[in-house]
Amino acid sequence: SCRTMGRAMGLAGLLLGLVVLPAVLVSTSLRHGAPRTEAEPEPSGWELAADAVPEDSLWPLPQWVRTYPRQLQLAPSRFQLVHGAGSSAGPGCGLLQDAFRRYYEYMFGYSLRRTWGSRPLAARGEPELFELQVVIEAGDPGCDGHPHLTSNEAYHLTVTEPVAVLKAPEVWGALRGLETFSQLVYEDDYGSFLVNESEINDFPRFAHRGVLLDTSRHYLPLKSILTNLDAMAFNKFNVLHWHIVDDQSFPYQSIYFPELSDKGAYSSNLIYTPTDVRLVIEYARLRGIRVIPEFDTPGHTQSWGKGQKDLLTPCYSGGQPTGSFGPVNPVWNTTYDFMATFFKEISSVFPDEFIHLGGDEVDFSCWKSNPEVKQFMKKQGFGIDYAKLESYYVQNILDIVSSYNKGQMVWQEVFDHKAQLKPDTVVQVWMANNYAHELSSVTGAGFTAVLSAPWYLDYISYGQDWKKYYTVEPLNFPGSEKQKKLLIGGEACLWGEFVDATNLTPRLWPRASAVGERLWSSSNVTNLQDAYKRLTKHRCRML
Amino acid sequence: AENEPSWETPCSELLVYVSTPGCDAFPSLDSKESYKLSVSKGSMLLSAETIWGALRGLETFSQLVGRDENGTYYINETEIVDFPRFPHRGLLLDTSRHYLPLRAILETLDVMAYNKFNVFHWHIVDDPSFPYESSTFPELSKQGAFNAVTHVYTASDVRTVIEHARLRGIRVIVEFDTPGHTLSWGPGAPGLLTPCYMGKVPSGVYGPINPIVNSTYQFVTRLFQEVSTVFPDFFLHLGGDEVDFTCWQSNPEIRAFMKERGFGEDYKKLESFYIQRLLDIVSSLGKGYIVWQEVFDNDVKLRPDTIIHVWKDNNLEYLKEMANVTRSGYQALLSAPWYLNRISYGQDWIEAYKVEPLHFEGSPEQKALVMGGEACMWGEYVDVTNLTPRLWPRGGAVAERLWSNATVRDLEDAYTRLAAFRCTLLGRGVQAQPLYVGYCDHEFGGV
Repeated sequence: SCRTMGRAMGLAGLLLGLVVLPAVLVSTSLRHGAPRTEAEPEPSGWELAADAVPEDSLWPLPQWVRTYPRQLQLAPSRFQLVHGAGSSAGPGCGLLQDAFRRYYEYMFGYSLRRTWGSRPLAARGEPELFELQVVIEAGDPGCDGHPHLTSNEAYHLTVTEPVAVLKAPEVWGALRGLETFSQLVYEDDYGSFLVNESEINDFPRFAHRGVLLDTSRHYLPLKSILTNLDAMAFNKFNVLHWHIVDDQSFPYQSIYFPELSDKGAYSSNLIYTPTDVRLVIEYARLRGIRVIPEFDTPGHTQSWGKGQKDLLTPCYSGGQPTGSFGPVNPVWNTTYDFMATFFKEISSVFPDEFIHLGGDEVDFSCWKSNPEVKQFMKKQGFGIDYAKLESYYVQNILDIVSSYNKGQMVWQEVFDHKAQLKPDTVVQVWMANNYAHELSSVTGAGFTAVLSAPWYLDYISYGQDWKKYYTVEPLNFPGSEKQKKLLIGGEACLWGEFVDATNLTPRLWPRASAVGERLWSSSNVTNLQDAYKRLTKHRCRML
Repeated sequence: AENEPSWETPCSELLVYVSTPGCDAFPSLDSKESYKLSVSKGSMLLSAETIWGALRGLETFSQLVGRDENGTYYINETEIVDFPRFPHRGLLLDTSRHYLPLRAILETLDVMAYNKFNVFHWHIVDDPSFPYESSTFPELSKQGAFNAVTHVYTASDVRTVIEHARLRGIRVIVEFDTPGHTLSWGPGAPGLLTPCYMGKVPSGVYGPINPIVNSTYQFVTRLFQEVSTVFPDFFLHLGGDEVDFTCWQSNPEIRAFMKERGFGEDYKKLESFYIQRLLDIVSSLGKGYIVWQEVFDNDVKLRPDTIIHVWKDNNLEYLKEMANVTRSGYQALLSAPWYLNRISYGQDWIEAYKVEPLHFEGSPEQKALVMGGEACMWGEYVDVTNLTPRLWPRGGAVAERLWSNATVRDLEDAYTRLAAFRCTLLGRGVQAQPLYVGYCDHEFGGV
């Protein structure tokens, strides 16, 4: 979370909120034609059909793809997605049943010719592909479970007549494979559905491939979140980092502390009830997406103070409380009593093994002004180093959350300020300045890292900025092989200061797709021309 | 209860009084858009000289109506005297880089009316596609549209746009940009574009319109004859920007022509040669014209009532350009600082709002030649999936700058009003994006 604005509304807030634009307005000449400096690949409308290859439609590009010229025809009325012989999953596997229905719709749903007849296929001559058999190989397919960081998302897809076979160790791989299969099916000029014989072997390069949504700066209606989960699945993202509350509003309806949203939400209808939350988690699960909630403290908590008295630090000026509040108060026991109960709830509501605890951008000025805090600093021997106080607080929270058997994710400041982390704490690197160096430090100290710094998608700019997200190479940092293994992935962040349901989808997609491929595909998949070709097709498909 | 405000007798009608008839007319640059609005106990009166002023007043009236927590509609006693600072307050949409379905254009016209914009500058064709279905030259869209069936504007579509606009007091000024920006014209009009050469051989690639052959002028005459009839506004926008000379330079016939005419190596002279003939053709059809600034910059001979459209924005050079244009006696339109397609992080509406179109060195007579300006939404990265949030409420900043008094500049007040207006837009079903953090009572209900 990288904004210095956002504390106050009104002119101060909005002026702080305005980032002075660098070179955009001072470019050599603002042409309103196609910028001649960029070598634009021609839009795919001009491609000859003969030049198109099946791989042109795949996003993200699988690790290993072979396609053959031989085409197979699919009849919407006859083609089926089924459980194959030998699969450990069957019709009782709700997750796969749901996926079968979904992918059938994606492939054939938009065609108007879905008649339930058994008319033989028009004389095209191609053999017919009757079904895709899905075979889950592990003893326990995992149908009713939730995806984990260590879930196996590999799959092997063979498309040949008369049946195609999708093999995957776990259901999560089957979901990824179904998406890929749906990307291989295309329509010819006559409206017939075709697929080329192919063989695909695929698995993700990074295990943590996330999108951050911010529902505090602006409330996002459920529909918006769910549509986004669909888009994430199209791009093989597997983590929704739900930055659910922050300074501006507290939409999360807590069972133990209902006042938090009663007083802290923008308004009484702009909340997420327990049912809403369950819906998001289940909708995500069915798409192989983990939901990692973030309850960011001790900073970014203004809205918490509305519904929870004596949680935030009262700021002082000239010996008197000013009436305004700062970060969570780290010196009171009641703070930790509250957090213990609160995170107990969170730990049971959110099934993922990780909770994101935030810990970024803590403004020390209020703490510095508060006499009790100052006294505490003295007692603890922290001197004037408030980072130590922050770490003291964070460590307590980490202990609390650990006691509920949850792993923790934190923003990089927590590491930078030398808090004592748990060995499996995941550090999210977000500061753009010299992030490669930060990755070295974090992994060098033995902690797992997740990269977001170059992928702040809320930072819009004119032109094809997807390219700069695509060309990031996450492992480009000084470090040993062992260190590099500690970088488990990354997250595209869409902070909400200027985003709500009116512009979220077009702002996030297909730009986030660039991040999606960078995190899934092999590191040598870097050709921008090819990426453009595939991404424009993928975008049309997402429409 | 005792504490409730005592509502005055409910107002039951807004009387609209228009002094000059003309309901079936089209709005023009000279239309009077002033109005007076008077809301008092027992009477609500909107009076305007013309129907156009009545439209503006109705919009204002609708913005005055509030609703309290009980759901009661109310309006405060009000006196308003209003008129626009500039008569030409436009919005450019580009339907060539991406096709915009009719409903997107119509919705944009609706929101333009909410913002008191009164000119729709329809940049209808360009290099990538030619969606305009011409009755004289049907091959243009047949060969040049992205899809000749689904991605075209039929004559009926065009009529719909023009009438939808008229009913909102919005003029439709169409732009057929030549001689550059015409690649999509080529497939449907063989021989129109200049064949580029690679040494002595044609390369297969084409450039701007070929200015040296008579067929070009015959074509242009017939096309603009049709366009002049289809589009009722007095003005046509003829483009004339960004002509790339390399293709002309490569063509031996053109080089010979340059020699013959004594233009030397100055291809601007060739461009002017074309433009001048084009302007004469359009004049003879009884239309006025607007051109992009290059036409002025390149010393083309223009009619005195030509309007120059200033668009280049390098380091605020546009103010100098406005000074030059008006000093030469031409009317000017400002777009340079209002390229809304140029997105960036943060509250960029502020920069658009802070623009002062008359902030250049010049006499009052010069400044009177500034007719107004246009917010531009070029289409390279814009289609129906992102048009509305990208356009609104940022476009509102330009709208106020062009309508309201020059002294209306307080940013904090503007923020408060524009943020509230954005919520109003949401309430009217417009997918306008947020200015900054916060919420509206009625959030966007779509996808």
